[in-house]
Amino acid sequence: MATSTTRAAGPTPFLDYFPVLAQPEPAWLAELRAVARSRYAELGIPTSSDEDWRFTPVGDIATTGFTASTDSSAPLAEGVTRSAGELVGPSAASLVFVNGHFAPALSTRGVVPGVSVMTFAEALAERSDDLRNALGRAAKFDNASFTALNAAAFSNGAVVFVGASVEVKEPIHIVNVGGGELQPQAAHTRALVILAKGASATVVETFVSANAEDVHLTNAVSEYVLGEGASVDHYRVQLENFEAYHIGTTGIVVGRDANFRSHNVTFGGFLTRNDFTSLLDGDGGECTLNGVYIANGKRLVANHTTIDHARPHCNSHEVYKGILDDRGRGVFNGKIFVRIDAQKTDAKQTNQTLLLSDDAQLNTKPQLEIFADDVKCTHGATVGQLSADALFYLRARGIAEPEARTILVQAFIGDVLDRIRVEPLRAALGAKVPELLAFKTGCEIPLDGGPPQCR
Amino acid sequence: MSTAVTSIEELATQDYKYGFVTDIEQETIPKGLSEDVIRVISAKKNEPEWMLEWRLKAYRKWLTMEEPNWHNVHYPPIDYQEIIFYAAPKPQKKLNSLDEVDPEVLATFNKLGISLDEQMRLSGVAVDAVFDSVSVATTFKDKLAEMGIIFCSFSEAVQNHPDLVREYLGSVVPYSDNYFATLNCAVFTDGSFCFVPKGVRCPMELSTYFRINAANSGQFERTLLIADEGATVSYLEGCTAPMRDENQLHAAVVELVAMKGATIKYSTVQNWYPGDKNGKGGIYNFVTKRGKCAGDNSKITWTQVETGSAITWKYPSCILQGDNSVGEFYSVAVTNNMQQADTGTKMIHLGKNTRSTIVSKGISAGKGQNTYRGLVKINRGATGARNYSQCDSLLIGDRCGAHTFPYIEVRNKTATVEHEASTSKIGEDQIFYCKQRGLSGEDAVNLIVNGFCKEVFRELPMEFAVEAQKLLGVSLEGSVG
Repeated sequence: MATSTTRAAGPTPFLDYFPVLAQPEPAWLAELRAVARSRYAELGIPTSSDEDWRFTPVGDIATTGFTASTDSSAPLAEGVTRSAGELVGPSAASLVFVNGHFAPALSTRGVVPGVSVMTFAEALAERSDDLRNALGRAAKFDNASFTALNAAAFSNGAVVFVGASVEVKEPIHIVNVGGGELQPQAAHTRALVILAKGASATVVETFVSANAEDVHLTNAVSEYVLGEGASVDHYRVQLENFEAYHIGTTGIVVGRDANFRSHNVTFGGFLTRNDFTSLLDGDGGECTLNGVYIANGKRLVANHTTIDHARPHCNSHEVYKGILDDRGRGVFNGKIFVRIDAQKTDAKQTNQTLLLSDDAQLNTKPQLEIFADDVKCTHGATVGQLSADALFYLRARGIAEPEARTILVQAFIGDVLDRIRVEPLRAALGAKVPELLAFKTGCEIPLDGGPPQCR
Repeated sequence: MSTAVTSIEELATQDYKYGFVTDIEQETIPKGLSEDVIRVISAKKNEPEWMLEWRLKAYRKWLTMEEPNWHNVHYPPIDYQEIIFYAAPKPQKKLNSLDEVDPEVLATFNKLGISLDEQMRLSGVAVDAVFDSVSVATTFKDKLAEMGIIFCSFSEAVQNHPDLVREYLGSVVPYSDNYFATLNCAVFTDGSFCFVPKGVRCPMELSTYFRINAANSGQFERTLLIADEGATVSYLEGCTAPMRDENQLHAAVVELVAMKGATIKYSTVQNWYPGDKNGKGGIYNFVTKRGKCAGDNSKITWTQVETGSAITWKYPSCILQGDNSVGEFYSVAVTNNMQQADTGTKMIHLGKNTRSTIVSKGISAGKGQNTYRGLVKINRGATGARNYSQCDSLLIGDRCGAHTFPYIEVRNKTATVEHEASTSKIGEDQIFYCKQRGLSGEDAVNLIVNGFCKEVFRELPMEFAVEAQKLLGVSLEGSVG
């Protein structure tokens, strides 16, 4: 693996913050938190001199004065939770966290044999040893200050265990609601999903805001540990308001012959940074990391992905698509490592970006680091605008320009959205694309989901 | 297969062909670096005051800079006080013809297969041979002078064309550019200077052979090439260096300026001593090369074949300032045994309708580590800019590495940027196919590797294409496992 560049220690807000705990924690967790806290104190909030954060200025997080509330009583959470639920449709379980605290009244948990969907506090009481083995395995904090901060400060979270050979048909939905309080809220949320041998599940993580105005911070860490032959269909949907700061870290360990398939959708947030780190830890593992984002207004969306081919015969696929409008900024940094002796690796990465405005800015760095010879690795990156020929083709057939643009944008982004297997989610996200770019395309999407209406 | 493998291994491990030291009298100054050393260098070269001031300015800046550590190469820290910063063959009396050049020097060139007189007679190439840091022979000067082309050593240019040097020196790579370039500004000893006047098409390929000789002497070359409006010039640079156990530092700077409608083609074959199988010795090659397409419709093409050096650190770049200007970069980089290469290019698009093409072929064998690092930057004003990049890596053996770090920064919606990279190895089936048709294993590898690099070799001038293919054969045919 490549060594990271030297760091300049940044500011360290939240240092005096301690999570409010419902019950005392076991010694191993207290120790983990202490180590994480001192690591965070060393690293601080990253500055632009840190190569990994060069294009993601997060200095505002240190100066905004975020605080953390002690309960889940954000007054407006109920409405947004309901609409978040509608995104996914019927679910096997739905856990709702408001500013990082569990909201039992808003959550539902059906009974599926062989599956435990718990809060972190519950899991600590019932399955402390399993937690101890898995926590922090997929999302390491040695070199990631926000992950260290999360490990030190998270108060609760979702824990999912899926037993051997159990197939969970309906999605498990984890909803995180931020904001809704008088002070800017900071939520350090956590999710841990563990699948035993041959298990399969669909997990949707949704991030929303209590309202459209509140500045709030989400520092989410999610970990997925897949046993032999396990399979996860994962969706990360970020629809926070345009004032929100969002730092999302997803760590994945893929076991032998296991398959992790992820779609990462970022339509919200003022500043969003997503880190996906996937370790292919067993022969024959497979990992798909797809993503779409729209950055309009003055928003910034940064996606960093790392796929670490540690074992032979693993495949990885990656398609990231972005649309930049207004003064939007997009960052993509995709790393593929192929370690020594990880022969017969097949890795493919594609990054495509559409620029709709002259003030938009894109920084992309698709990166390959290969230490084995019998491998197939490719990456491709393109940046461009809507094809004039395609626009002309549509207009020649009597389609007005704004509508033609909408069609082309939807086709561009549909390449990834169409791969979403949860049907209501696919339809809802597809409908949001022209909505987000409405002022640009001159089109609006009717509430009943019909074809776009253009002026 | 096994017999082929043996002979391939023999080839891959064969000794550096050009490892010999020419025993001629060297004039050196004590090792180490200080303002006094710079004053001595400047005085020895009889430089004007402004040149010394510029060197000292760079030196003071350098003292405040830190050695970069972002690159993907690893080496023990360099002690800059252990380096001899000036080495020149004792000045001879003015030379009128090649006969007057030190016979030993001539013999060295002959061993390298670049007999000056033969080149002069047969190929029409004007050779400004740089032996260590001082030019010892310049040919075809008269013929070029007739057309108004100035082609001479850098020191001569400082004496005879100070205005031109002063105008363009540091205009593309400023004295404060980066650690190694700034060091070069302070201590550079010689190099080449070329000025092609308005509308002139240089009638021959200009070429210079650089050669590092004296032990422990860092080589600090500086090349400045200016093509005035509508001029066309093709410049060749080739290198070999003798075997040495201590690492030698080479920090060169190359600046190209292309005015309106001018075309510059700059080709390099670099085959310095790569160190032995265990990574002992070898040249550290830290080079800053940059060209500026200052005028509209200008064009700069960089072509490089990098087979030597223990460490290669160079990013020949183009600043596409003029509208419709074109930048091109074609590269083959080979790392074998313990060699490391971190190379690539920067294409900075400033003008409208600027275009750039990047084709990079990296070949890693043994324990070699090969990195492509590139930047494509489209600024706001670069309406209609277009870039196409392709980086392919070929891995030979399971202990080498191939890495790609392309940076793409786009700030204009009309820009079209494409980047593609792939990694592959020489397939057993390909070897089998060739062997079935009566080719030996090594010939098969040679054929496949040359095919892999064809797109780049095509861009090289004839004289170089042959040498490049030979070089690949020696440094690479390696390791089909």
